[in-house]
Amino acid sequence: MNAIQLMIDALSLGSQYALVALGIGLIFGVMRMINFAQGDLIMLGAYALVVPTTADLAPPLIGKLPAVALIITVITITAGAGIVTERFAFRPLRRREADGATLLISSFAVGYLLQSIVLFVHTGRPKSVSIFADLTRQLELGGVRVAMIDIVTICVTALLLTAMVVFLRRLRWGIEMRAATEDFTMARILGVRADAVIALAFAIAGALAGILSLLYVAKTGVLDFRMGVPLAIAGFVGTVIGGMGSLVGAVLGGLFLGVASSLLQALLPEVLRPGRDAFLYGLVIFVLLVRPQGLFAGRNVGERT
Amino acid sequence: MKRFLEPRILPAGGLIPMLVLVCVIVHAAGNQLIEGSLTEALVYMVMVVGLSIFVSNSGIISFGHVSFALVGAYASAWQTCCPGLRGVFMPGLPQILLDTNVPVMPAALAAALLATAVAAVAGIAITRLNAVAASIALLSLLFVVKTIYENWTSVTAGQGSLAGLPLYVGLWTALAWATGAIIAAQLYMNSAHGLRLRAIREEYAAARAAGIVVWRERMIGLVVSAFVFAIGGILFGHYLGTLAVSIYWLDMTFLTLAMLVVGGMRSLTGAVTGTLAVSAVREFLRAFERGFTVSGNTIQIPQGSQEIVLALALLLILVFRPQGIVGDYELGVPPPR
Repeated sequence: MNAIQLMIDALSLGSQYALVALGIGLIFGVMRMINFAQGDLIMLGAYALVVPTTADLAPPLIGKLPAVALIITVITITAGAGIVTERFAFRPLRRREADGATLLISSFAVGYLLQSIVLFVHTGRPKSVSIFADLTRQLELGGVRVAMIDIVTICVTALLLTAMVVFLRRLRWGIEMRAATEDFTMARILGVRADAVIALAFAIAGALAGILSLLYVAKTGVLDFRMGVPLAIAGFVGTVIGGMGSLVGAVLGGLFLGVASSLLQALLPEVLRPGRDAFLYGLVIFVLLVRPQGLFAGRNVGERT
Repeated sequence: MKRFLEPRILPAGGLIPMLVLVCVIVHAAGNQLIEGSLTEALVYMVMVVGLSIFVSNSGIISFGHVSFALVGAYASAWQTCCPGLRGVFMPGLPQILLDTNVPVMPAALAAALLATAVAAVAGIAITRLNAVAASIALLSLLFVVKTIYENWTSVTAGQGSLAGLPLYVGLWTALAWATGAIIAAQLYMNSAHGLRLRAIREEYAAARAAGIVVWRERMIGLVVSAFVFAIGGILFGHYLGTLAVSIYWLDMTFLTLAMLVVGGMRSLTGAVTGTLAVSAVREFLRAFERGFTVSGNTIQIPQGSQEIVLALALLLILVFRPQGIVGDYELGVPPPR
């Protein structure tokens, strides 16, 4: 594998982690809650592609729609699911002034609920589904072969990040969201509607989960009811090493984790390769020691008062 | 006298007799299934109480304690597992471990000490971090330890499982260890170190200004907590009789944390209550899933609905009691005025 292939590989995984971290970071910003259910929204989006059945072979449902309709439907489903989790689980908790630990555990519970529902409907056996078959082919790029889907993942992520920046800087809703992230109480006093901003954050995080589920399934073609868990953990770790309370930090932290993971996979000697995660998370501990506040820390990192 | 004694023996002085009573009643009722469930709950209680020693007093949520259970459980297996076949399963062990069969009790203590040593080494880094970073560092520790054990095939059987651990954990063994764990937690909580760690939790700046060395207090809490949690992990292995690295992974992390938070993560009474409550809900649902017969009619919920109801039950408890079932309450201890 040469340098270009390696770089694209690393950036592709980094993009995936960055998108999860962005979803987790958005919600942490407005609510000071680490939302583990973000990974399970990705899983939900992926399972929405096939007919709900306990049979081993699930025929595609949404998965056979034309591309544009497919993308819109999946995003609608995951964004909707995100809003539903906020409305029925996290909002009542917020009203009762639950602390960070309780919110975190309830997000586990929500994630576990989503997994159990999918397990109940689809059984635990992994299923396969193929979408955007065109993207799986290889591409000649300056004499090396790279997978189309990796390029698409990187481009889509770059596009989404640009869109987020425009949204947060230019649009009224985005500015309100940034205000709420900066100082929630003050933002409310100045007329930002707390419920609406938080619901919007969940909708956007859900939409990001939907897009990521499509990119993920297009690459792997496999559905598993626990597929969201490692993604959520990667996003969570990425958010923290990037610096909690900073969206740029979350994205860069996720990117860093993905790139480091790919590079270790490629560059570690053969015998040590199965132990990659030990090196990766050893590195995470090291980063935390050097920069406990995160690599790109924001100013408001504490619990909400 | 009463004012002197009460804070020293409560809540443990109230919790332990209650547990003993429950065990005696269940044992007398003679239902093997329920006795088994209670044993499992008590093993979990050792872990959750161990977890609470660190989490309750420091306010830092640990995602990494299961690594201490993992280290402890394997260390116990190295000393007690499968006599005669140990060299087949774990050829990489030093000769002295292959040749000796350590009695289970000293083996458990030695194994828990090894886990504690791991906690102490990791603690050098972890105790210097702020709360959120420490949580992630602990999670990272779990990844590191799990990956090492999965690939250190010559002494852990890698991704396979080890069978033939001595099954010595019955109701009374589990009760004895749970009692020990509660007493340890109580002693720590009422010690100067416990008080200092809670002072750091409540007012970080004021605690430091009062001369408390943050990393030292966190280290002491972590080490005590890791020892107790490791004992729980060791008991779990000897309760199941088989070991696999995958047992000591995220499910156990989430379950023990959920038990603690559901009960009330700021109190020892909460740790005990939460373990019993979550275990009871799980067992109740399992029983429904197996189905049982009432006057000729079989009542059964569909396969797989158990998990859905458990998740909903957890959520409902948290929504209605965000501070946990007992909140800050300690059994028999009047709230501070």
